Amino acid sequence: MSAEQAALALRVRERILRLAGGGGCFVGASLSCADLIVHLYTRVLRVSPASLTDPGRDYLFLSKGHDVPALYATLVELGFLEADRLRGHLSPGDSIYWHPSRDVPGVEFHSGSLGHLLAVAIGVALDIKLRAGGNRAFVVLGDGELNEGSVWEACLVAAALGLDNLVAVVDRNGCQANARTEELIPLEPLADKFVAFGWRPLRLDGHDFGALEAGFRELPLEPGKPSVILAETRRGSGVPSLEGRLDRWFARFTPVEVEALVRELREGESAALTSEALVVR
Amino acid sequence: MSRAYAAALAALAEADPDVVVMTAENRAHLNGIPERLGSRFVDVGIAEQTLVGAAAGLALRGRKPVVHALAAFLTMRAFEFIRTDVGLAGLPVTLVGYVPGFLSEANGPTHQAVEDVALMRAIPGMQIVCPADEAELVQALAAVVASRTPSYIRFCAAPPVVTGHARFELGRAETLRAGDGVTLLTYGLLVGVALAAAERLEARAVPARVVNLRSLVPIDAGAVLAAARETSLLVTLEDHRPTGGLHSIVAELLVAHGLGRRTLALGIGDRGFRPALLDDALACESFTPNRIAGRVIEALLAPAFGKETCRTH
Repeated sequence: MSAEQAALALRVRERILRLAGGGGCFVGASLSCADLIVHLYTRVLRVSPASLTDPGRDYLFLSKGHDVPALYATLVELGFLEADRLRGHLSPGDSIYWHPSRDVPGVEFHSGSLGHLLAVAIGVALDIKLRAGGNRAFVVLGDGELNEGSVWEACLVAAALGLDNLVAVVDRNGCQANARTEELIPLEPLADKFVAFGWRPLRLDGHDFGALEAGFRELPLEPGKPSVILAETRRGSGVPSLEGRLDRWFARFTPVEVEALVRELREGESAALTSEALVVR
Repeated sequence: MSRAYAAALAALAEADPDVVVMTAENRAHLNGIPERLGSRFVDVGIAEQTLVGAAAGLALRGRKPVVHALAAFLTMRAFEFIRTDVGLAGLPVTLVGYVPGFLSEANGPTHQAVEDVALMRAIPGMQIVCPADEAELVQALAAVVASRTPSYIRFCAAPPVVTGHARFELGRAETLRAGDGVTLLTYGLLVGVALAAAERLEARAVPARVVNLRSLVPIDAGAVLAAARETSLLVTLEDHRPTGGLHSIVAELLVAHGLGRRTLALGIGDRGFRPALLDDALACESFTPNRIAGRVIEALLAPAFGKETCRTH
């Protein structure tokens, strides 16, 4: 399976790079969680294009939101969303923009304002419990997003409610918009923080499909507690010219650069980037 | 504590399994609800943002959450969650704000919700309902939950201001007193005060109409425009800032319909109100029937249309 997943992740990354052409996108964060999103949709989430409105489905919420190109690409590759829709990226005629819109099939809720969707997912997970359902709510959080107090408020409430069908997945790429997390607002020891808030954490390599398989298979990590997967990732993962770069969080590449980056992704040929680095928040 | 509200809410929830009652540890008017609703009562603690976000999540699953917190903290601390998670999504969440306006009494400025209507008005599709007493509150609750629309109820469970309200309908004002001299447009806690002020005005030969708006969004434009055409001064009386509140609503309606009319905005000034027990706060801020009547007569005697006719006190 993991060879197929790797091939899928490669196609997802190529789509992300293409979305970074034209008007651009938040390419660094999208590449860092690409393997996570691919793994969730291929091995974890009980959801399919046919069950998008089935109340028995698993829910995935992208709380940080600006990583949505990884989701668009995965949804296209798995048949949730027509590939043609991505041609409407940033077009006023569609809802495929820099942050998620629930008008896009497969997107459960809009986001982009950080620190919201853990709270929303609490409501979903709680309702599933009230109705004695077996499905789950997953929330992808950015590590920079953990600066928001509302995340920790929601953590306390989720633990108090004993929501062991709630799973947070932290895309721990070590970067936030313009800084390294540990240099701006240090988060470590992060697993201990979640333990102190009543959650059960598991740290793993977010780019290793074997590790992801072994980790997600353990859910819930502890009965009666919400789970958090701390996925160690790299911003810009898969494209060395972009990896770990603080100045390539949001990017707007020329067509020539996009093709060069795709070659770098697929063939390892280093891409020369001349576009001005953009810092946006 | 309003037993009637708690009883009505419990009955509503028992009749409709989709109703979930939530609070951020504000249980003042939820007596008996935890026992009667069991797991459909959710207290998230002092966490208004999570309260509203989780309500949105429950609504995504088909629930109709009725959410309770202090009006100041619900509408301000959780504003962005209301706007983004409830408002943008158009989810059927009913927000109930406790102790709005003067009802925060002696708590002080941190607890004064005197801009809550303005904030909720800024959210497209958000209904704003302002009952005048307990009977109207109970009727309004049922109508709001049945509407399946994002809504804000400005909680007021005052003793009856009239014997028997007209049947509650969203967007339908109630004319509690006829009159063709001036009109007192008001809502919520001050409806009773407005009725008493109208009597003082009548005694001074100024026939005063009293309109209880009941819902500010949707607004009964017909009732406001009729008052503008039929009476010579529109007084907006509210325990809220005139900016963004009823006075703004009335001014917008008048402009939209090309009606130049004299208005008098009686609301809460820029420094909030002097914290005190309710009767003292009302007196201190000149919201007694006599003072209101006096201010209306001053406005009537002021030179026609101009600088002094439209002001906050």
